[in-house]
Amino acid sequence: MEGLEQVIREHAFFAGLDEGFCTLISGCARNVRFEAGQYLFHEGEPADQFYLIRHGRVSLGITAPGRGAVSFQTLGEGEIVGVSWLIPPYRWSYDAKALELTRAIAIDATCLRQKCEADHHLGYDMMKRFMAVLIQRLQATRLQILDVYGSHG
Amino acid sequence: MADAADVMAPKIAYVRRRRREAAQVWTLDLEAGEGDRFAFAPGQFNMLTAFGVGEAAISLSGDPAEGSRLVHTIRAVGPVSSKLARLGPGDPVGLRGPFGAAWPIEEAAGHDVVIVAGGLGLAPLRPALYRLLAERSRYGQVVLLYGTRSPDEILFRREIETWRRRLDIDIEVTVDHAGADWRGHVGVVTNLIPRAAFDPLHAIALVCGPEIMMRFAIAALRDAGLGDEGIHLSMERNMKCAVSFCGHCQFGPVFICRDGPVFRCDRLRGLLALKEI
Repeated sequence: MEGLEQVIREHAFFAGLDEGFCTLISGCARNVRFEAGQYLFHEGEPADQFYLIRHGRVSLGITAPGRGAVSFQTLGEGEIVGVSWLIPPYRWSYDAKALELTRAIAIDATCLRQKCEADHHLGYDMMKRFMAVLIQRLQATRLQILDVYGSHG
Repeated sequence: MADAADVMAPKIAYVRRRRREAAQVWTLDLEAGEGDRFAFAPGQFNMLTAFGVGEAAISLSGDPAEGSRLVHTIRAVGPVSSKLARLGPGDPVGLRGPFGAAWPIEEAAGHDVVIVAGGLGLAPLRPALYRLLAERSRYGQVVLLYGTRSPDEILFRREIETWRRRLDIDIEVTVDHAGADWRGHVGVVTNLIPRAAFDPLHAIALVCGPEIMMRFAIAALRDAGLGDEGIHLSMERNMKCAVSFCGHCQFGPVFICRDGPVFRCDRLRGLLALKEI
């Protein structure tokens, strides 16, 4: 557990995390690894955990009829995969696939949600961290939708 | 200085080579004339005439050290650029230039240099890269962050792959969306800025791309610790005369053709957010 706590404390996403919160989160954490090409999760599956990437790269994508898998974002070391675990219906809306050997910490979502309900300070801290990620990704999505590199860009 | 009639009169150059870079994007090599040398600084542009159609401002995208070969990378979007992009070897082109302010390559000596390019914005930055790499020891870290629409729209792909094999330049390429065969980054180019290795206190950033992308890149560079005095961007407006006679490219108090196209960011403070210009 000590090792996991240290990894979580040192992960960029949890920079400045309260020691007590770190212990609570570590109780829901485990080490995972994915080989290149292996899926972390698929669209439509329950969002029952999220991942702190320690090493490697993960592609987020959607399979579109006639186009195959379309990737809309890649994530790497220091980033998190998955925000759908936070808000009902707790379901993934895209696929996540390791592009190369990826090591991560998986956080059990049910476990952490229960702890957030029990301790709203922890819940607020988590919400602030995930909200920052959501805003940054929303911003990026807007730019992608605008298609700024198109002929009108 | 040449009189007004001279600067408005194009010389005749000839297309020596044409190659496809991406969908609708072509690079033309021009010969200015037998034995003629053509000096330009990275970031400058020429006015190219497609005879019978019109004239357009096109950035120089080649190596400034190769004075007899003028390279322009053109996206065929309007009548002039479409006609230019269709020209082939031996076809004549009207040529005026070079015009405009250059990237601060000399000023960047001793600094880390972060190049942020979006889409066709890589074209006016390529001459800067040639210069930086030709005198590599004069600079600290050199970083190229390039974003474009999709893998098949990456400009100068072979050259980027060659540069990537060097150990003295960090290159990251990202695309807005990609198929399953793409192994690189997917996402907007601004996402690459926080991960780039440079010292914001001793860095100069050169930014070129669509204006929206540049606004977000500037914000990300500021977040990374760069001041506006260290950020330089290349602006684009409707340039007609290229010598500040006509006023078509006026951007608030400046003319893009005369005062730019390369500006230090603090000179444009507030202007980039003005919808009216």
